[in-house]
Amino acid sequence: MSTAPQVTTRPPRGTLVARVLPPALLGGRRAGRLVERNLLVYRRTWIVIASGFFEPLFYLLSIGVGIGKLVGTVTGPGGQVISYTAFVAPALLASSAMNGAIYDATFNIFHKLKFAKIYDAVLATPVGVTDVALGEISWALIRGTIYSAVFLLVMAVLGLVGSVWALLVLPVAVLIGFAFAAVGMAATSYMRSWQDFDFVQLAVLPLFLFSATFYPLTTYPPALQVIVQLTPLYHGVALVRALDTGAVGPGALVHVLYLAVMGVAGLAVTSRRLGHLLLR
Amino acid sequence: MPSDPAEPLIWARGLCKRFGDLVAVDGIDFEVGRGEAFGFLGPNGAGKSSAMRMVACLSPLSGGSLRILGLDPARDGVRIRSRLGLVPQDDTLDLELTVRENLYIYGRYFDLPRKVIRERADQLLAFAQLTERADDKVEPLSGGMKRRLTIARALINEPELLLLDEPTTGLDPQARHLLWDRLWRLKQQGVTLVLTTHYMDEAEQLCDRLVVMDKGRIAAEGTPRQLIEQWSTKEVLELRFGPGEHEALAAKLGGLAERIEVLPDRLLLYVEDGDEALAGTHRRGLRPDSALVRRSTLEDVFLRLTGRRLVD
Ligand SMILES: Nc1ncnc2c1ncn2[C@@H]1O[C@H](COP(=O)(O)OP(=O)(O)OP(=O)(O)O)[C@@H](O)[C@H]1O
Ligand SMILES: [Mg+2]
Repeated sequence: MSTAPQVTTRPPRGTLVARVLPPALLGGRRAGRLVERNLLVYRRTWIVIASGFFEPLFYLLSIGVGIGKLVGTVTGPGGQVISYTAFVAPALLASSAMNGAIYDATFNIFHKLKFAKIYDAVLATPVGVTDVALGEISWALIRGTIYSAVFLLVMAVLGLVGSVWALLVLPVAVLIGFAFAAVGMAATSYMRSWQDFDFVQLAVLPLFLFSATFYPLTTYPPALQVIVQLTPLYHGVALVRALDTGAVGPGALVHVLYLAVMGVAGLAVTSRRLGHLLLR
Repeated sequence: MPSDPAEPLIWARGLCKRFGDLVAVDGIDFEVGRGEAFGFLGPNGAGKSSAMRMVACLSPLSGGSLRILGLDPARDGVRIRSRLGLVPQDDTLDLELTVRENLYIYGRYFDLPRKVIRERADQLLAFAQLTERADDKVEPLSGGMKRRLTIARALINEPELLLLDEPTTGLDPQARHLLWDRLWRLKQQGVTLVLTTHYMDEAEQLCDRLVVMDKGRIAAEGTPRQLIEQWSTKEVLELRFGPGEHEALAAKLGGLAERIEVLPDRLLLYVEDGDEALAGTHRRGLRPDSALVRRSTLEDVFLRLTGRRLVD
């Protein structure tokens, strides 16, 4: 009878971060397989993808252009006077980056996790849970980036881009997508049924409406300003608006840091939760 | 560390799996050698799938030690899985993709180059007799076709070790025989097979060696022949009487057999000589509605060990 060396069957708890982070950094290639899978599926349903362009455009036309006629001008982040349309457009871009990421990371992922059981098959291959989390988030980001690019182009055509800083809007849109996709996926891993998704709506709608999206932060009384500044979409909106109007200060780094931390934390929770759910 | 051919492909000691308070696998020991076909036979809930999932590196151990291909699943899961093929109990095909795309993307999960996958996919489609359905969606395929596709998919990385959890459950007899033939061919090619089953004919046909599992434990181990010799008699006399009479009549047959099993629809008498026992039955004035003498099978071993039948 043969013998084997002593094995600890579970890695000690303290190594969790070590287990999540290195594969997250090294796992690019395997995570790409999930993107490849989604491309195969969406190749046939590209129309679904194309429809994603329209929502933010409709908002821009109705609120930005329509309401902009009534409002006229507002004070921008740098104190300069800008058209209401130019004020709202960057916020709509940031919001649509959030909405797209959340939609992909919640509804689509829940369907794949609970009903299509895509990951049960995937995990029997060398692809691991962190690869799955990264791959699905990447997919959401790729989609989101295309939408943001088109939106930015429309903004440029309408003369709503006020600075060369706007070139950085795309990477920032990716960062916003990353933060919300990661947290959205983490939240999805706790959901038991479609009913739980009402909570997603409950969280996303106020973020969309109150993150200084449609009027400057200073409209709020000071106490409320603090609360708004603690919420995530506010940082996305403020960052994109600053870049678009050219009023970029060191505060931009705070926004970037907030969103990056949110994304990394969401990713870590997601890989851990997927492990709990699928590798039992 | 390259694995030594003589080393067991799977080596398990005191393997445990708990789900909360429930003990699904309760400290089992087993080894599977290269090229072997090894079976887990057991009733529902015996812990077969739980054991299988640990071997597939899909489920962390709750206790004990496990080595697969000489590697530790907790540390080397990725390396092990890249050399393994898994046919899970429930098909996990990608319903949004076609038959061929299922093979393709699965190959990509194994990091195989596109060209290699394309070649293998054609061979595997032929192997699974699905060439005509290659470009159809998976959803409308019949159960047997889906099962064959799941098996073909598990072979895309040319695994050294193929794990099959109830490969033929739910298939019609023809589809089962086709699958057995396919599995037999793989075995001839040197692929190590580990399978779970409820079917004793499947176990007898395919397995060089098997364990009978019950309530998370291994009740017996050996080749099909060894198990029959050790746990059953040479022949079995099956007697059927009117409904409800079996319990009472069993008492009247005392001494005729080494052991008597009372089933709802018949009595099983475990004997060396079935005809002799039947004559004895008649001498005691009993007139069964029907009588059959047959050789012992794994089903009898199973009944003896677990008190249950394999398939209800
Ligand atoms: N994920 C799980 N969570 C909780 N309990 C589980 C889980 N998986 C299996 N079990 C329990 O573990 C026990 C063994 O189940 P397992 O699926 O291993 O049995 P099995 O021998 O494969 O049965 P079957 O022949 O029905 O497939 C059962 O009591 C089952 O309910
Ligand atoms: Mg099972």
